[in-house]
Amino acid sequence: MILLPCPYCGLRNASEFRYVGELSERPDPNATGIEDWRAFLYMRDNPAGWTTETWFHRAGCRRHFVVERHTVTNEVRDSRLPAAQLRDREDERATGGNVADDRGGATY
Amino acid sequence: MGIFNNRNGSENGYRKPARYSAFDLFRRGLSRADWPRAWRKHDLRPSYDVVVVGGGVHGLATAYYLAANHGITDVAVLEKGYIGSGGSGRNTAIIRSNYLTPEGVRFYDRSVKLYETLSADLNFNAMFAQRGHLTLAHNDGSLRTMRWRAEVNKLEGVNSEVIGPDEIKRLVPYIDTSEDVRYPILGALYHPPGGIIRHDAVVWGYARGADAYGAHIHQNTEVTGIDVVDGRVGGVKTNRGDIATRVVVNCTAGWATLISGMAGVRMPISTFPLQAAVTEPVRPFLDPVIVSGTLHVYVSQTDRGELVFGASVDPFTSYSMRGTLEFTEGLAGHVLELMPSLSRMRVLRQWAGLCDMTPDFSPIMGTTPVAGFLIDVGWGTYGFKAGPVSGETMAELIATGKTPELIAPFGLDRFERGDLMGEKGAAAVGH
Ligand SMILES: Cc1cc2nc3c(=O)[nH]c(=O)nc-3n(C[C@H](O)[C@H](O)[C@H](O)COP(=O)(O)OP(=O)(O)OC[C@H]3O[C@@H](n4cnc5c(N)ncnc54)[C@H](O)[C@@H]3O)c2cc1C
Ligand SMILES: [Zn+2]
Repeated sequence: MILLPCPYCGLRNASEFRYVGELSERPDPNATGIEDWRAFLYMRDNPAGWTTETWFHRAGCRRHFVVERHTVTNEVRDSRLPAAQLRDREDERATGGNVADDRGGATY
Repeated sequence: MGIFNNRNGSENGYRKPARYSAFDLFRRGLSRADWPRAWRKHDLRPSYDVVVVGGGVHGLATAYYLAANHGITDVAVLEKGYIGSGGSGRNTAIIRSNYLTPEGVRFYDRSVKLYETLSADLNFNAMFAQRGHLTLAHNDGSLRTMRWRAEVNKLEGVNSEVIGPDEIKRLVPYIDTSEDVRYPILGALYHPPGGIIRHDAVVWGYARGADAYGAHIHQNTEVTGIDVVDGRVGGVKTNRGDIATRVVVNCTAGWATLISGMAGVRMPISTFPLQAAVTEPVRPFLDPVIVSGTLHVYVSQTDRGELVFGASVDPFTSYSMRGTLEFTEGLAGHVLELMPSLSRMRVLRQWAGLCDMTPDFSPIMGTTPVAGFLIDVGWGTYGFKAGPVSGETMAELIATGKTPELIAPFGLDRFERGDLMGEKGAAAVGH
């Protein structure tokens, strides 16, 4: 069983979480062509190595957060809140994993 | 797709598969002579007409049908470990064609037909046992999906029907069909041609057949790069040297994204581990394969008497093939809901393999934007049964340059068109 560091609750068993998916940049739906939109929907980097991804603490604080994980060893490092949560903790919504820019700036 | 020169014919000593027979078995039993190697070892050639990456059932079947159906024998199968070390040696060997989409049903039905004569065609006993396949429905929603699948199957000429609890109890006396359980069994999709096979034998049989026609099977040969010049394939790099070729076929299942990435082709694939477990052997008591989507479990009994259990994929992506205790615990609980009498059985071992999951639970086959770079991937948790038909159709594509009708719906471009082939209802748990 791997342990995941929730930024709110600390280390917990992975079974408490739901894996949401690779952190990917969501293009602006109003300005994006259908091809790019479908590429965003379906294409994945799926690397054998370090990857940045979103998880949801289903059986805990029920918040989304971002973590770096090595997909070959399942080692985990650098867990943090999604940029949107950091920016505005008051007005929090479920990100569905589609946090457009994890380092701040974009909206979800 | 180019002209194939079949150098292997002369240089490598073309030979027909040396036949195995009862007489041979008897003769060698008396003389205690060693059996000849079923496939040979070769030096890496500087060029091949076709390079197949991945020595699982898909890669080996492609090499076999290239030779057997099209006379193309200047072929290398490159495998980074040993053949069958991927999903092909780790699966639970369920063969069936009771899918949901007409395209899927037609495709998998062709594979079942090829499996039915495979032992004879390869002169290698693959022990295909068509003992029937039951997908249980524990709620109205899944019962409706079973009805839907049965109707689509029948229209395509595939034997499937919905049966009730009494009939299920008759086929599987040890199953708990009582109504006062958490998930009572309402019915099942019964698919008599479904069954199980000896997966290793399929891999070895194709390897032996391809080798006999002159294809080179290179084990411990890892592809580390693909040369693409002006939008077309020029060769591959390996840990044993470079190979020039104009055709590369990606048959690497769980590793498919990485190989496609070497050619600059992005894939709609996520790699998830899938686990399975096997018990100590007991006397035969379970004939058909049993799948329960609601309980996330399936079970079959091998010819040796072991019970083989499987479930759905692990909850997150990974290239690690380690088993987890959570899996076995969850599995045991669910198995006991179906068959409480198994509570004293002991699990002998568990293992995991990698599954290249696609968004629609259908494969991705055919050409890519890079000329000469072909893919036969996206096999998820259900690709072993598709080995023969995939080899047959990919070989035809390579030989003729035309995408066979049977695999046209599974092209990579369907994700650009948004034209997905949803098979989740038939492939999420029952592999
Ligand atoms: C536990 C489990 C149960 C399953 N149950 C079923 C089932 O009941 N029925 C069913 O139909 N399917 C089932 N499957 C799925 C099935 O096993 C796979 O879809 C199928 O085996 C894929 O075959 P393949 O030949 O495409 O790939 P694989 O057999 O995975 O072969 C790919 C090969 O590529 C090699 N490779 C990777 N990278 C490189 C490289 N860089 N260079 C050279 N070689 C490389 C790997 O070593 C591997 O041997 C199951 C899978 C698992 C894990
Ligand atoms: Zn938490």
